[in-house]
Amino acid sequence: MALPAYADRWERIWHWVYLTFCTLVFLFLLLPVLVVVPLSFNAEPYFSFTEGMLTLDPAAYSLRWYRDILQNGMADPTQLFSGWSWIGDAWANSQWIHAAKNSIVIAIGATILSTLLGTVAALGLSQSILPGRRLIMALLISPMIVPIIVTSTSLYFLFSEIGLANTYLGLIVAHAILGTPFVVITVTSTLSGFDRSLIRAGQSLGASPLVVFQRVIMPLILPGILSGALFAFGTSFDEVVAVIFLADYDQRTIPRQMWSGLREQISPTILAVATILVAMSILLLTVVELLRRRSERLRGLTS
Amino acid sequence: MTVTVVTSPDDSRSIKRELTRSLRRRKLQALVLVAPLLLFILFMFIYPIGGMLLRSVYSPDFARAMPATVAAIAEWPGSGTPPEAAWAGVASDMVALQQRNEAGPVAAALNVEMSGARSLVLKTARNAGKLTAPYREAMVTLDPMWNDARIWQAIKRLSSPVTPRFYLAAVDMKVDEAGSIVSQPEDRQIYRSLFLRTLLISGVVTLCCLILGYPVAHLLANLPLRISNILMIFVLLPFWTSLLVRTTAWIVLLQKQGVVNSLLVWSHVLTDETRAELIFNRTGTILAMTHILLPFMILPLYSVMKTVSPVYVKAARSLGANQFVAFTKVYVPQTFAGVAAGCLLVFILAVGYYITPALVGGESGTLISNMIAYHIQKSLNWGLAAALGAILLTAILALYWTFNRLTKIDIIGLG
Repeated sequence: MALPAYADRWERIWHWVYLTFCTLVFLFLLLPVLVVVPLSFNAEPYFSFTEGMLTLDPAAYSLRWYRDILQNGMADPTQLFSGWSWIGDAWANSQWIHAAKNSIVIAIGATILSTLLGTVAALGLSQSILPGRRLIMALLISPMIVPIIVTSTSLYFLFSEIGLANTYLGLIVAHAILGTPFVVITVTSTLSGFDRSLIRAGQSLGASPLVVFQRVIMPLILPGILSGALFAFGTSFDEVVAVIFLADYDQRTIPRQMWSGLREQISPTILAVATILVAMSILLLTVVELLRRRSERLRGLTS
Repeated sequence: MTVTVVTSPDDSRSIKRELTRSLRRRKLQALVLVAPLLLFILFMFIYPIGGMLLRSVYSPDFARAMPATVAAIAEWPGSGTPPEAAWAGVASDMVALQQRNEAGPVAAALNVEMSGARSLVLKTARNAGKLTAPYREAMVTLDPMWNDARIWQAIKRLSSPVTPRFYLAAVDMKVDEAGSIVSQPEDRQIYRSLFLRTLLISGVVTLCCLILGYPVAHLLANLPLRISNILMIFVLLPFWTSLLVRTTAWIVLLQKQGVVNSLLVWSHVLTDETRAELIFNRTGTILAMTHILLPFMILPLYSVMKTVSPVYVKAARSLGANQFVAFTKVYVPQTFAGVAAGCLLVFILAVGYYITPALVGGESGTLISNMIAYHIQKSLNWGLAAALGAILLTAILALYWTFNRLTKIDIIGLG
């Protein structure tokens, strides 16, 4: 982005204004996400930096809100970290651990369901001879477009009738619906760059359709499938509206727990949870990015 | 693979047949692959949405709860005193309702049509066992309100299971006592202004995202890949961070004792007493939603700008255009596809937003989705919620249709 040598003074000024503006936007994007990290170590129950935190006084920082994640709901919170019995107590009773277990079970179930259905559908969608392809694609993508409140309330009425309300299966189905568009999009876009002559090459060398799928197609579209699966996982893990309508306390997930925390008694424990989630999203982002690069390399888009 | 040599017209016909057959087989194969997800979406997504939308015009609950009344009142022309059969019907239905303990929903439904009807119904239901023929005298003695023709007109309106009243209510209109369609009184009009507010806030958010996102996408698209990949993290990290985490962050930043206010007090822009109201109002909603939706603007813009060749701008410059003219006349038009895709995407997402406005919107920053949730969970006026949802859905599908005409969904660059 270097300025050309013939740039005049106004162009130079404009160039710096432009760069400053972009820097500010980058900060606007990133700072709010990062601000929760230091605040989660606050020793006081405040949502602002204390004097001590600003002067980097070690006493102003603490892990109490992280301990609270475990303690909240425990039968005997005073026993935390003494002996071994607290582990069973926290595993069974801690509200946040209860929510985390639910989140993981539901997200994994939804991911498996949406990845299976989405990948198979994408294989069919990528064939241009499919009749009504545009319409089918629009239908399959629609859960991403329909407002979540409409989806959730509709499912609420259906699930109440067929007995899926307040069940894990119901939530898995709901989150799978929301996740499939991502899988369909990522896998079809991987397949659109797919060189079909590779399939013919495999067939002409005597491979059966199954072998061609396993040895030729699968390795090439695997990055697309995995990043679709990660999107589906992320969607489910972050979803709260459907959980509000379709779950009761037993199926409460982490975002649902945060939601009620924010609405009822807001405490810095939420910041500690948020920090852990930010760390998780950094991990998720890294994996998706690595997958994307691998996919581009495999498809020969970059060297 | 076998090689067939065409020797006679007979053979060429059979090849044609073979080709048609193989084409049909491939079509079928593709359909079979798509079928499981298509059926899943049709039954678990499209079907329930249809069912909910049906609630916006079809409401048989009242007729089901008051069968005798509904049958008798069909005879009544709508003016004058209703026939004795209708009075008897109400009395017998009320006895049944009281026994099943189901007078509440009927009272609530009637109260929407005519204020004051709730207590009338509940009172009548409580005393229904004591009513004797002639029912007209007995009921008027119990509560003179039964003598008001309007309550009977309301019952008559409710007795038809197919009704436009939810859609009318959703646009602040109603059927009045005389049966004509009129606007709600000024002080009861909420939905039209709520729809307008939703559109306005979504529009402002979209505009903010465009203003903030366009330069950034331009920068990312023109930097060497090595650097832009690193800067892309700034865009993708918020994108991957939980919505609730980002909303929490904005509450932490903007609340009265929050980081921004403390910073302003510390730097003597504000005093402790004049801390600004930055959140739980419209400002908070717009700020937080802009932050949350900005990546959805930057990513499509970036993927379009990546494909814009720099030679056109260079050509324009060499033909004498200054930087401004070259940018606005040559560069910007080449990015219109990205602008359209980004704006439509952000707008579609913003119009249906629920979580962020509910948490940071306060009174003035809530959107139509929040009202739908309120009617589903609190007021239990499901028909009205369905009508509001149908209007929202129609608007969004129209936008999505435009989006589909203009571009492909791949443009978000998820792959």
